[in-house]
Amino acid sequence: MKYETQKIALAYFAVAMALFAIQVLGGLIAGYVYVFPNTLSELVPFNILRMLHTNSLIVWLLLGFFGAAYYLVPEEAEREIESPMLAYLQLAIFVLGTLGVVVTYLFDLFNGNPFLGKDGREFLEQPYWVKLGIVVAALIFLYNISMTVLKGRKTAITNVLLLGLWGIAIFFLFSLYNPKNLVLDKMFWWYVVHLWVEGVWELVMASILAYLMLKMTGVDREVVEKWLYAIVALSLFTGLLGTGHHYYWIGTPAYWQWIGSIFSSLEILPFFAMVLFTFTMVWKRKREHPNSAALLWSLGCAVLAFFGAGVWGFLHTLHFVNYYSHGTQVTPAHGHLAFFGAYVSLNLAIITYAMPQLLGRTPYNQVLNMVSFWVMSGAMAFMTFTLTFAGIVQTHLQRVRGENFMDVQDQISIFYDMRLLSGVIVVIGAFLFIYSVFVPRSGEVIAKTGVAPAE
Amino acid sequence: MQHEQKEAAPQPASDAGETDTLAGSWGILSTLPGHPMMWILIVSEILVFGGAFIAFAGTRLADPELFRASQDHLDRLAGAINTMVLLTSGLCAALAVNAMAEAKVHIARRWLAAASALGVVFLAVKMVEYSTKLGAGLTPTANSFFTLYYLTTGFHALHVIAGILILAIVSWKASLETIEIGTTFWHMVDLVWVLLFPVVYLMR
Repeated sequence: MKYETQKIALAYFAVAMALFAIQVLGGLIAGYVYVFPNTLSELVPFNILRMLHTNSLIVWLLLGFFGAAYYLVPEEAEREIESPMLAYLQLAIFVLGTLGVVVTYLFDLFNGNPFLGKDGREFLEQPYWVKLGIVVAALIFLYNISMTVLKGRKTAITNVLLLGLWGIAIFFLFSLYNPKNLVLDKMFWWYVVHLWVEGVWELVMASILAYLMLKMTGVDREVVEKWLYAIVALSLFTGLLGTGHHYYWIGTPAYWQWIGSIFSSLEILPFFAMVLFTFTMVWKRKREHPNSAALLWSLGCAVLAFFGAGVWGFLHTLHFVNYYSHGTQVTPAHGHLAFFGAYVSLNLAIITYAMPQLLGRTPYNQVLNMVSFWVMSGAMAFMTFTLTFAGIVQTHLQRVRGENFMDVQDQISIFYDMRLLSGVIVVIGAFLFIYSVFVPRSGEVIAKTGVAPAE
Repeated sequence: MQHEQKEAAPQPASDAGETDTLAGSWGILSTLPGHPMMWILIVSEILVFGGAFIAFAGTRLADPELFRASQDHLDRLAGAINTMVLLTSGLCAALAVNAMAEAKVHIARRWLAAASALGVVFLAVKMVEYSTKLGAGLTPTANSFFTLYYLTTGFHALHVIAGILILAIVSWKASLETIEIGTTFWHMVDLVWVLLFPVVYLMR
């Protein structure tokens, strides 16, 4: 760590990891409800559990991105962060908003109030005042980071990172617009939901991976930058019009079926490019970086994102396939591996890389951290397979044979049992990870330098 | 942090001979004329139009009678004229590169202007076609044939507009490299039309 203000990242990562713990526990309870349906039905209904699971995921991933930006921008721009005070204020607003959200959801406060009560739209359930708080916090963040970059050295990594972060803020503004017409409502809703995860978040992902590759493999910056530009071009080329794959059945004109099918089929390309990029950089590496765990997470991130977002996304993106599979368990199968592979692993990679330096220690608990990678990834892959099989059986029984929804649910319950089991293991892996990055042990097991993973 | 300091150190000269040199780091793309990023774009475009042609073939297979009947509404003469216009335009673009290779900037600019002017002629013919179709009630949602007709030709027409803008930019910032980049894009637009015309207008 060369710059004092990189320490800001520590606070962000700590809050992110706390929310990560809440998120996986929420998921575990929700998975339990699938198996024992009446659990907590009076106290915390399933829809609230699901909201907590998805909302906390998004918030901790964003906090991780912010932390990553505060960590890497000083090194890239070669100067301190413009205002550490504003950075902590931004975090405080996020924490306040998050607490507000949790309390509002759990106790269903201000039901129906347009400003204080929860909003009805999936994933954007946050009360209006929280949304405004997010906008204010985002503006503070963008001011802080942009000023740091503008006054310092400008690199391809910071340019792409800023483009992604500005995009996140700009597209979030559509969450404030809620037209009465249900078709328009859904259409703009995807401007936030799709253009985040299949658009600007990919830019953040590519730039953070590029930073990690640059630091850990020692390959020339020019080479890393070329890959970065190619990946970003592919992401935007495919992802923007790929939004069309959400416009099949919401009342938008039929030509969206072809626009969505063609462009979203190609959304696999940027993810494949990221696999090629990370592996090529590691093969061409000019140094053996001691932080093997961070390298493992980086490579894992690219591979799991390729499968989760790329392959599992393509699985049900063609409109004539989606006609049958829409809204079945195929969707959560894709959702879980895509989010875990692309964005959870990315955050865990930069956290694994940064934490030893933020805490002033040489890379430690490497073996435990790597164990947590295999535990979490393995269990998440298992969960993806069970949900995929559940989705295929469900599609056939419900959409092809026309059986009743609840009858079909009874017939696929075994998959939910197995999903709960894999969920338990994911939670164990998550706690192992959190323990391994925060708690130093005496007599630590440290991975030997020179033993590069995945080779 | 020892590894941190290493990064700032200048790379040894011997490394330049490996695959990481500036020119070589794009892999096979480095051997192509123009900028490698343009070739990434061109490959992506060909995948998109290729996908559209597969969509066209698949939809046609489902209802060949509808496609035959709908295709009869298309103006084959206009399509043929546009094919010749765009091919001639491609020739002008190629001559612009030749002129620039001999460092004749003025002549290169003249050829680029000719290529763009023919691009405008193409768009004008296309507009006449569209207005006749729309006037006859054949809108993008009329049937599955016309949805794909408007999508493929419309997406192509947008590329003609983009191509004209690109030719204008490389004409303004003229160098052999920029003109190669711009005309490569223009030839891609050309190529797509040569495939699109028989598939959508002619094939029975």
